[in-house]
Amino acid sequence: MELTDFFTDYTLRTITLGTAILGAICGMLGSFAVLRKQSLLGDAISHAALPGIALAFIITGVKDANIILIGALISGLIGTFWIKSIVKRTRLKNDTALGLILSLFFGFGMLLLTFIQKMPNANQAGLDKYLFGQAATLVEEDVWVMATVTGISLIVLLLFWKELKLLLFDADYTKTLGFNTRFLDILITTFIVLAIVLGLQTVGVVLMSAMLLAPAAAARQWTNNLGIMIFLASIFGAFSGVFGTAISASQNNLSTGPVIVLVAATFVLISFIFSPGRGLLFRKIRFRKNRRELHLKKTLTFMHHIVKEHENISRPHAIRILNNFQGFTRKTLNKLEDKKFVRIEGNQWAMTQEGYDEAESIYNQLGSEND
Amino acid sequence: MKDRLPAIRIDDLTVAYDYKPVLWDIDLIIPEGVLMAIVGPNGAGKSTLIKSILGIIKPIAGSVQVFGQPYKKQVDKVAYVPQKGSVDWDFPTTALDVVMMGTYGSLGWIKRPGQKEKKLALEALEKVGMLEFKNRQISQLSGGQQQRIFLARALVQNAAIYLMDEPFQGVDATTEKAIINILKELRKAGKTLIVVHHDLQTVPEYFDWVTFLNVKGIASGPVKDIFNDDNLTKTYGINYKVAVNQ
Repeated sequence: MELTDFFTDYTLRTITLGTAILGAICGMLGSFAVLRKQSLLGDAISHAALPGIALAFIITGVKDANIILIGALISGLIGTFWIKSIVKRTRLKNDTALGLILSLFFGFGMLLLTFIQKMPNANQAGLDKYLFGQAATLVEEDVWVMATVTGISLIVLLLFWKELKLLLFDADYTKTLGFNTRFLDILITTFIVLAIVLGLQTVGVVLMSAMLLAPAAAARQWTNNLGIMIFLASIFGAFSGVFGTAISASQNNLSTGPVIVLVAATFVLISFIFSPGRGLLFRKIRFRKNRRELHLKKTLTFMHHIVKEHENISRPHAIRILNNFQGFTRKTLNKLEDKKFVRIEGNQWAMTQEGYDEAESIYNQLGSEND
Repeated sequence: MKDRLPAIRIDDLTVAYDYKPVLWDIDLIIPEGVLMAIVGPNGAGKSTLIKSILGIIKPIAGSVQVFGQPYKKQVDKVAYVPQKGSVDWDFPTTALDVVMMGTYGSLGWIKRPGQKEKKLALEALEKVGMLEFKNRQISQLSGGQQQRIFLARALVQNAAIYLMDEPFQGVDATTEKAIINILKELRKAGKTLIVVHHDLQTVPEYFDWVTFLNVKGIASGPVKDIFNDDNLTKTYGINYKVAVNQ
């Protein structure tokens, strides 16, 4: 497959567009799930959608994608609100409720799928594609549905931006200001369920939650601004869709859903290591640099300690008396000389006025930093 | 003074999370313009009392009135300072942005904050001595600074009643002084302040009104009349002796 095929091949273009939009809406709404500490909610919702898919087929007897999605939506919503009411009404914790509903619904869904396979209906094959998704089945109509839902959720997000941000940060406070937090909660949860249901055909029940979480988790690493985070998450999600589709189209027999998820996971990996503020790499570098500086400061203050016993601060002392000091190396001494805090003459050192002042100011800083 | 409505009036309030009541049949009248401490041991229901006044928790029985009306009708008259630990400070936002949240209530649904709201927020930041940190990511603030940010957010609301849940918890002496000075200023301006407080030693110095609470209401009134060993012992269950110099 050639690169130009993307612009000429109608099917491929549809699929690429579909996965890009899907990635964008998942990144956008996934940010809310991540910031509300409901990362696992997406997993539970997508698994809870499975019995709805099967039941929609059993009841109608046809394998129409839209009818099946409505079935998925209904059972996903039921699962979600069961989870919420379990947490509210019993002493079970959130993770327990999630796990319970997830396995209960998924188990029931699998049971129904096996039942369907034994049905005397030639139409039955292919429902299991909802387990891992099959992007190849995307048609233009599906893309339109995705684009519409994405558009509506974007409008809702912009409209209620202030209220949703407040809810994410401090739900109790939101309530005391007179906002209806129940309404806001239902609003955002409904859109999260919608995004998940839209992705089932492409990515599947099992991997859908990764689509929701990965772009948001990656985006959080790069910014401390909520708006930028949501924007970045959408971009990461869209790129995961595009790259994932391209990779799977260029290789035979690579299913698109898992490849998209792997691309999204790569975004997460890169972000966790290389992002400047929160990334592991720069944190490690900063940590080392701080440690080195701390060593220098400690050595200098130790020297200051010796020096201040004498009237003439620049009086030379033997280098070997520093050997008693833990963490002292010849390298630190050279560094201090570079900074003109000390002078080295043979195997003796002497503190300069600058070094003396620096040591004093280190002491002063230590006193005031605990404010 | 007699015929004025109390700032808050609580009748027969009972709250339970499970089977065990957290608050039992509380009757409480908080007059307007007091700086009041709520004291009591851990699990006495101090935070629950505040949350019930604010409608965050639904009581099993009883009623709360704010200036003679239910809280829902008086949201613009009440400001809340939650416990610092109740939110995730790693949330992607700045100090100024958090303080701006105090204006959201008066803005109502959908309307966005503008220049006027920003000015109010900056003024509040200045009042709590945090203006230089306005663009700081909130996770980079110290515990005391985070507490000041929460206080500033409540100040922006320009309410008549301030409910604060342990504003002195985990802050150093400097911040504690700064906060209490602001509280005293607010009282001078005629505001009513209700503060969950843990440090019994400072009650006479900081507050003029006190409520003793331990699931049931033990006593409530002026500090100089009721802050004594008798009530402390009733509330904390042990023979309590605080050097109170009235």
